[in-house]
Amino acid sequence: MIKPDLRVNLCGIGLESPVLAASGPFGYGHEYLERVDCSALGAIVVKGISAQPWAGNPPPRLAETASGMLNSIGLQNPGLERFLAEDLPLLKGAAPRIIVNIVGCDIDEYADVAAGLDGAEGVDGLEINISCPNLKAGGVAFGTDPAVTYRVVSAVRRQTALPLLVKLSPNVTDIKVIARAAEEAGADGISLINTLSGMLIDTETGRPLLGNTFGGLSGPAVLPAALRMAWQAAEAVDIPLLAMGGITSAEDALQFIMAGARAVAVGTGLFYDPELPGKIVRGLAGYMEEHNINTLGQIEGIARRGGYANG
Amino acid sequence: MTYMPPEYGHLLPRPFSIFSADREKGEVSILFEVRGRGTALLAGMRQGAPVKLLGPLGAGFPALQPDSLLVAGGVGLAPLAFLAASTEQRRTLVYGARTAKQLVCSPAELGLPNLTVVEATEDGSRGKRGTVTDILPGLLPGSRALFACGPQRMLAAVKGQALQAGVPAWISLEERMACGIGACLGCAVQTSGGYRRICRDGPVFPAGEVLFND
Repeated sequence: MIKPDLRVNLCGIGLESPVLAASGPFGYGHEYLERVDCSALGAIVVKGISAQPWAGNPPPRLAETASGMLNSIGLQNPGLERFLAEDLPLLKGAAPRIIVNIVGCDIDEYADVAAGLDGAEGVDGLEINISCPNLKAGGVAFGTDPAVTYRVVSAVRRQTALPLLVKLSPNVTDIKVIARAAEEAGADGISLINTLSGMLIDTETGRPLLGNTFGGLSGPAVLPAALRMAWQAAEAVDIPLLAMGGITSAEDALQFIMAGARAVAVGTGLFYDPELPGKIVRGLAGYMEEHNINTLGQIEGIARRGGYANG
Repeated sequence: MTYMPPEYGHLLPRPFSIFSADREKGEVSILFEVRGRGTALLAGMRQGAPVKLLGPLGAGFPALQPDSLLVAGGVGLAPLAFLAASTEQRRTLVYGARTAKQLVCSPAELGLPNLTVVEATEDGSRGKRGTVTDILPGLLPGSRALFACGPQRMLAAVKGQALQAGVPAWISLEERMACGIGACLGCAVQTSGGYRRICRDGPVFPAGEVLFND
């Protein structure tokens, strides 16, 4: 009888479970840790932190869509200083592993946040959100241009020795060139996908439904698009992938692993069911037992290698 | 937050106020209006079907003082009925809606001692003709505090009237929510202290702190 080993090594971060909480929905972690059993999570990716506090977007910030949701929170966050003083101490010890997502409105801000987090006790890794609007370039997202992606990642890389993931925007023509730029700039891993840009109109008022007009689409509706991009990114780079996009079951998680992901993250799925991480972990273990799989490494990227030999 | 059964597909949990609670039996009830898919599915559930709840969440109304004025618009009655049931002190409930059909509960059904109920409908189909804000000027001078829940337009008007009359007021807000526990920051409301979370910092706020858009 196989005893499945669910541990994975993501860019040098040893994880007890391959299921992470994605940056954003989980906030700064402690709200969930107070209310829900989070023991099945391998790590918590903390909501994006900037150097200075960001106020966020005007409401409404949320809308439900067919098998998904649209949000425009606007990266509201307390800023680096308050995160270190107030949020990180509550997370330390309570969370399995802590990866901090960082945001910036220019390259210097990204670098400042990374410098401030480097060496902070309890921080196991960083994830750079390159979907933020680049205010010095007319608000175009950093992550839509490979040259700008390279500059942001290099600037952060110079500030930290922590394992560094780069979270890609799906709102690009070719995800492969962005993934390669991040790898060349020194990233240790790739996270994908961030939300797909979208909008809704309220037909009663005749106005955009979200206060910010545009928002990001997440949830099961985006899974096939996310899976396609995970597949392409896995093809383009040699560094590990942390994949996310509409995962609400072990079956979903397995698809990303088979496309080439080392680990997966759940975001919107936590809203549907806060106990989702445990269910996915149990589902993965059951699948591994059934298929005689010891470690997830055996099936990582298997779909890109022709599948099971006897399938 | 009310979690939707998985067989209904992927739906966010829905936030509701508690309408009544029986502590001995460990039961709570909610009052809702069918507004969209989630509430339609809830309304169509068979009797006895299990519903998963997370709560109670957030910060509720402060304790009632004697001679409080409770103001409810439509299905906004829920938290005020619960508040009214917390005491037997003298208090007045002003309960308004566009039409009688939207006054979902009759005062007799509440069965609360020492509660005076004033109903208002915009079309005059039940109670006084007009809105709750037409009635408040007559009642505010004798009131020590005001508590309100209802549509945003009503709350904005009630806030103005209470502030002008110098009556301390608290209002319960609603917004679409995803997590319900303060993590996702999806249910922000603009206040004098910046954006605050309706799910965790509220849903009840001192009226003077809330900045309405319109």
